[in-house]
Amino acid sequence: MEVPILKQGDFLIATIQAALTDADLMQLRSALVHQVVRVRSMAVIVDVTALDVMDSFATRTLREIAHMIRLRGAETVIVGIQPEVAMSMVQLGLTLEGVTTCLDLEEGLVYLNQKKAKSTG
Amino acid sequence: MPEELSLPIKSDADIVVARQKGRALATDLGFSTTDATLIATAISELARNIVSYARAGQIALKAVMRGSTRGIMVTATDQGPGISNVSQAMQDGFSTSGSLGLGLPGVRRLADEFQIDSKAWEGTKVVFKKWNV
Amino acid sequence: MTRQDSLPKDSHVYSETTEQLLRELVAHLRQSRTQLREEWARRITEARVLTAMTKEEIFAEATSVYDNYVEALETGTFEALQAYARNLSERIIPRGVETHEVVGIVLLLRDVLARSLFAKYRDDFEKLNRILDAYEPAANRIANTVAVGFVQERERVIRQQQEAIRELSTPVLQVRERLLILPIIGLIDPQRARQLTEQLLRGIRTNRAKVVVIDITGVAAMDATVANHLVQTVEASRLLGATVIVTGLSPEIAQTLVNIGVDLGKMNTVGDLQGGIEQAERLLGYKVRPLAETA
Repeated sequence: MEVPILKQGDFLIATIQAALTDADLMQLRSALVHQVVRVRSMAVIVDVTALDVMDSFATRTLREIAHMIRLRGAETVIVGIQPEVAMSMVQLGLTLEGVTTCLDLEEGLVYLNQKKAKSTG
Repeated sequence: MPEELSLPIKSDADIVVARQKGRALATDLGFSTTDATLIATAISELARNIVSYARAGQIALKAVMRGSTRGIMVTATDQGPGISNVSQAMQDGFSTSGSLGLGLPGVRRLADEFQIDSKAWEGTKVVFKKWNV
Repeated sequence: MTRQDSLPKDSHVYSETTEQLLRELVAHLRQSRTQLREEWARRITEARVLTAMTKEEIFAEATSVYDNYVEALETGTFEALQAYARNLSERIIPRGVETHEVVGIVLLLRDVLARSLFAKYRDDFEKLNRILDAYEPAANRIANTVAVGFVQERERVIRQQQEAIRELSTPVLQVRERLLILPIIGLIDPQRARQLTEQLLRGIRTNRAKVVVIDITGVAAMDATVANHLVQTVEASRLLGATVIVTGLSPEIAQTLVNIGVDLGKMNTVGDLQGGIEQAERLLGYKVRPLAETA
């Protein structure tokens, strides 16, 4: 199932659903990379609120997305990691080191708008 | 609830099914949301290993009892190429190819009981148990 | 009088005989109720058990126990006794009565009743043997039922108390908007550490906290396992978008963290709780001015 990507001003927002397969994730990766360049976004928000399991593949792919987006001059923010998912990740030793994480979409937008204000102000 | 649930694992869509069924069984057995997530994540790792390395296998989910304590037993089997050096694979940070880690050390950390049998060219069997205490 | 041991060991006949014997036994125990109960209460006092209770209380409980005991012997069923044992335990555990005391007094009662049987049937050794054959298994089962009931109730109470202590000693406090403080006091076992992390993460989500100050000044002992849990808590909090400041780090604990491979340069640490709160406020963009200025 394709992950929907919405444009909101300077940002792209990708909202992930629960039944996310490996193929969906890889498709998301290439879609985001292309879109970021096409619409010249400043940043990408990946909303994982609905994701109930974050395993090593998902973690790795999200890190790769952040890396590839950064190479194209934009930032990635992961939002909506659930407490249970966060606990499983740290116990399994999965990290999202180097990737910005915020509580939810609202916080993610606040963070990016603050950054935008600082850089343009 | 059947005694034992056997799930064929061949495609990445099967990985999703396996972890969803695993979570459902864990919840039925009274595990907390956090523990059910842990179990689902471990199942996802094992299922992915099957798809990545063996192309096909199965995952069996079973409710088990120890005295009055309930638990879940997960058995992941495949007839794939096997892991030629199991102890190396059980070390943190080890992976045969750049992008695919085996996740086994993490699964062992999560589990209360963990066993892995693997022979080159014969296949792999991973069994883990988690008790609801 | 027929000699019972010349009869075939037919279980049906045997159990009927046992029933008759038990009936005779129960009748005797009811008849001698007053003096046997007094004898028992006296021996309890002599043995210096149930010191947490007054003489009147002991006598009152002794009466109920005696009657329940005899009834169990009579009916051969133990559900009523189990219920009574649980009930009794619920009442006496808060009084500080311990397992050895409960087991002790039940065994004393068994002895008092056995002795009275010896006295009553001392002229008929065979009958005494048969009475004891009927009495002993039942008496042992009674002692078992009461002891087990007491122990189970005690375990349940202890579990409840532990849970309550855990809840009390890991409070997640909201001090200011978006700022949580988690003072950790006492011993941390893996179970408590997990509960702590879960409570904190839920607190972060509920309070939309951006900064968390974890104060470990009061932590009793920090080994590698506990240190690992702390590191995991910090990482998990970050995944929920919160920055963690750890305060109260002693040199010993800092060493433990370094030993397990934690890069202290990456972990936000401040000496004491006050300093930690101040830094948290700075991170949140608060400016704290002394009252004099605002006058």
